[in-house]
Amino acid sequence: MSLGFVMLAHTALGRAAQVAKAISAAGCPLIIHVDARVGPAFESFEKKIEQLPNVTLAPRLTCEWGTWALVRASREAAETLLQDHPDLSHVYLISGACAPIKPLAELKEFLGAHSDTDFIESVTISEVPWTKGGLSDERFTLTFPFPWKRQRKLFDLWVELQRLVKRKRKLPSDLAPHMGSQWWCLTRSTLEKILSDSRRDELERYFKTVWIPDESYFQSLVRLYGTKVESRSLTLSKFDFQGKPHVFYDDHLALLRQSPLFFARKIWPGANRLYRCFLEEQPSVAQISKVSAAHIDRTFAQASTRRTRGRAGMVMASRFPSKNTNNALTAAPYAVFHGFSDVFHDFARWARTNTGSRTHGHLFAPDRVHFFGGQVGYAGAVSDSADLRDYNPEHFLRNLIWNTRGEHQSFLFSARDKQQITAMLAGDRNANISVLTGAWALPLLRSGRAVEDLRQEAAVLQQREADFIEILNERQTRARARIWTLAEFLEQPLEPLQEIVDSLSGAGSHLLGELPEFKSMKGLPLFLQSLRNAGMNPHLAGEITESLTNSVLCQELARFG
Amino acid sequence: MERRRCQMRALRKRVELTSVVDRTDRISTHDVLAFVTVRNEIRRLPYFLEYYRKLGVSHFFFVDNGSNDGGRELLAGEEDVSVWATEASYKRSRFGTDWLNWLKFRYAVGHWTLTLDPDEFLVYPFCDTRPLQAMCDWLDQSGMRSLGSMLIDMYPRGPLTYVDYRPGQDPFELAQWFDAGNYMISKNPRYGNLWIQGGPRARVYFPDEPEKAPSLNKIPLVKWERRYAFVSSTHMLLPRGLNQVYEEAGGEKISSCLLHAKFLDTLIEKAAEEVQRREHFARGREYDAYHQKGQGPNGLWCEWSERYIDWRQLELLGLMSKGNWA
Repeated sequence: MSLGFVMLAHTALGRAAQVAKAISAAGCPLIIHVDARVGPAFESFEKKIEQLPNVTLAPRLTCEWGTWALVRASREAAETLLQDHPDLSHVYLISGACAPIKPLAELKEFLGAHSDTDFIESVTISEVPWTKGGLSDERFTLTFPFPWKRQRKLFDLWVELQRLVKRKRKLPSDLAPHMGSQWWCLTRSTLEKILSDSRRDELERYFKTVWIPDESYFQSLVRLYGTKVESRSLTLSKFDFQGKPHVFYDDHLALLRQSPLFFARKIWPGANRLYRCFLEEQPSVAQISKVSAAHIDRTFAQASTRRTRGRAGMVMASRFPSKNTNNALTAAPYAVFHGFSDVFHDFARWARTNTGSRTHGHLFAPDRVHFFGGQVGYAGAVSDSADLRDYNPEHFLRNLIWNTRGEHQSFLFSARDKQQITAMLAGDRNANISVLTGAWALPLLRSGRAVEDLRQEAAVLQQREADFIEILNERQTRARARIWTLAEFLEQPLEPLQEIVDSLSGAGSHLLGELPEFKSMKGLPLFLQSLRNAGMNPHLAGEITESLTNSVLCQELARFG
Repeated sequence: MERRRCQMRALRKRVELTSVVDRTDRISTHDVLAFVTVRNEIRRLPYFLEYYRKLGVSHFFFVDNGSNDGGRELLAGEEDVSVWATEASYKRSRFGTDWLNWLKFRYAVGHWTLTLDPDEFLVYPFCDTRPLQAMCDWLDQSGMRSLGSMLIDMYPRGPLTYVDYRPGQDPFELAQWFDAGNYMISKNPRYGNLWIQGGPRARVYFPDEPEKAPSLNKIPLVKWERRYAFVSSTHMLLPRGLNQVYEEAGGEKISSCLLHAKFLDTLIEKAAEEVQRREHFARGREYDAYHQKGQGPNGLWCEWSERYIDWRQLELLGLMSKGNWA
């Protein structure tokens, strides 16, 4: 078997010449088409090429991106190549930015073992996942006389117009449109049949106004003439989410060595190490497996995900999601315990023990940030300064959750804390919020101050709590919220706590044997009544009776029984 | 309109510049250029030049604002440097912005252009394996005209007085630490840029007045066109579209970090001098803060400080992103 190459080059001709030299040295004939738009650089290129055996230059055409000229250039060059070298059995189309990533001898050997196979990616529109910009079957049913790169507006306008009149071009008979990578390797017999199709003029007229014909001309015709089509390219090329080719650099060397393919595109012209390794040195043979091919795919798929979705809960110089995007506001789930610290001694420690979550104190306390363990700072060097926190409370919380990803966080909250954060809590689907309403009354009760002095403060706290509950009950709330009145809770405290623990540690978590230690509630019913008498109705606490507080007392007694 | 005003200022301020050495005829079409204003920074210059040469900067433009430490002479002796001198007010040229705007207007059109302070060191995705030119080519291919960045204040463990920075030394051998996750971001509706604050300066110098904490958002790398102008320093520029270096739909654009080697022993002299001169931003209140707030035994360092390793660490921490560059 013998293999020949057609190369389309338009930039970085120095690199193209290097590749040409390597191909020539491997004894493969090569014909190079250089874009007619290339200026003075062509002459020095010509000089480098002249000396090389079996390398010729094709007549130059102007090849704008995505136009018919590219097909014409490759077709004419292939014709010449086949004529000049009657013994060729395969022709491989490459670009000037391609480089062999395996010794050419290996490629020859491979093609020798597949002497009647055409390697060309050729898939129908419906199976192509990579058509961008809403143009899929319209590539073939509309016309595209305006260059996309230079006259974008006209291009778009023309497409819209044709859609308006519901244009549907007639396809040449028995042609089934297929698409795929431009870089193919065809057998002599298939290529000859394609080049000598009797309807050549009709096909040319048709494909001239198809969008990006260089991805569909050979890909469609091979379906008519190929006897054994293997729909894949032997050239490794990866495309980003906008359909632009990824570029390979020196640090991709290991990755390229793992590829089972024979060429790669595009190589950055400055990638000295890649060119040196693949053209001059004998490439070392790496272990090639399905796993390594998947690894290459993953590397580039991750880049697209990063660019389109990004890392949730991360805000930075190049990612600033607007409020109305559907993203989570934070990096990971976290829990908020509202009111519990007023009912229990050291609720944070109890929560940590029973849920495994890192439970902070009142992060939004007015005096300072109460981090876990009373520390003055936390992961990521987040400060405990209340002013810094209140300057941008949303960012404060987002930072804390981002910096501690990998470890579940919780914090205590109450109506006495700064409330600017409530809207974000409600809007964040990562927030798991448990609320005990009316618990703010307990510290007031225990303060021993006169009811007349407390009345105002109580009213403010209750109003804040009511506002919080209102936004938690709004339709657009994304947080998971559970709300109990103090009365409901005291009646049967184990159940709500079990529910909280289950929701944080998942189903099948342990059964709670022990309650956290209650704080004193002595005189609560009377205290609430005197608030009412003073004209302030603590309705959020619910109906608290003497027997309720007594039952709490009994439980505490039993604990120390 | 404001853009025009910035350009007119730059045009007016050009008379303040006198050429010391002009080697601009050595610049070729695809060169990446760097623009810097300096004043008495001689200790920093050798490493600065070395660092950016290694990244692939081909020509440096320096405006020397009245150095008397021999820095100007040092720069004039370098083959890839052009130097202008001025004795005019740094503050009234809006901290050098006008001077550099003029030089870029004149020399940078069509080039990828870095605008830097001598204590800023650019770190971008793959900077250990891919030169600046590779990134600029990729930005071109992606249709991007500017690269977003965040300034990261680097600091030593311990007071600055214990540090002895020698010329030519990598400053991050001394200032190895940084704050990894205490930055606050909001959007500036006027120019469309992000406003980033935080880091050790907010944490230590401005915990009670966070609004005064310095801006850390920067746009150091721009494919320059004649109609472009920085507004003030390199925090934002016009036209506004150039400030859109971030994604709002949820994805990540490519971005970089500028490691800030400000917190060395050089700062002590500088702060004393600048408090006298009042030539810095907002009456040099930052310098006041350094000057007045005493250095504790740890300096800016705290238990949660992060030690710098490389760009990959910054990308994992979410301080910069590869975007879809793979």
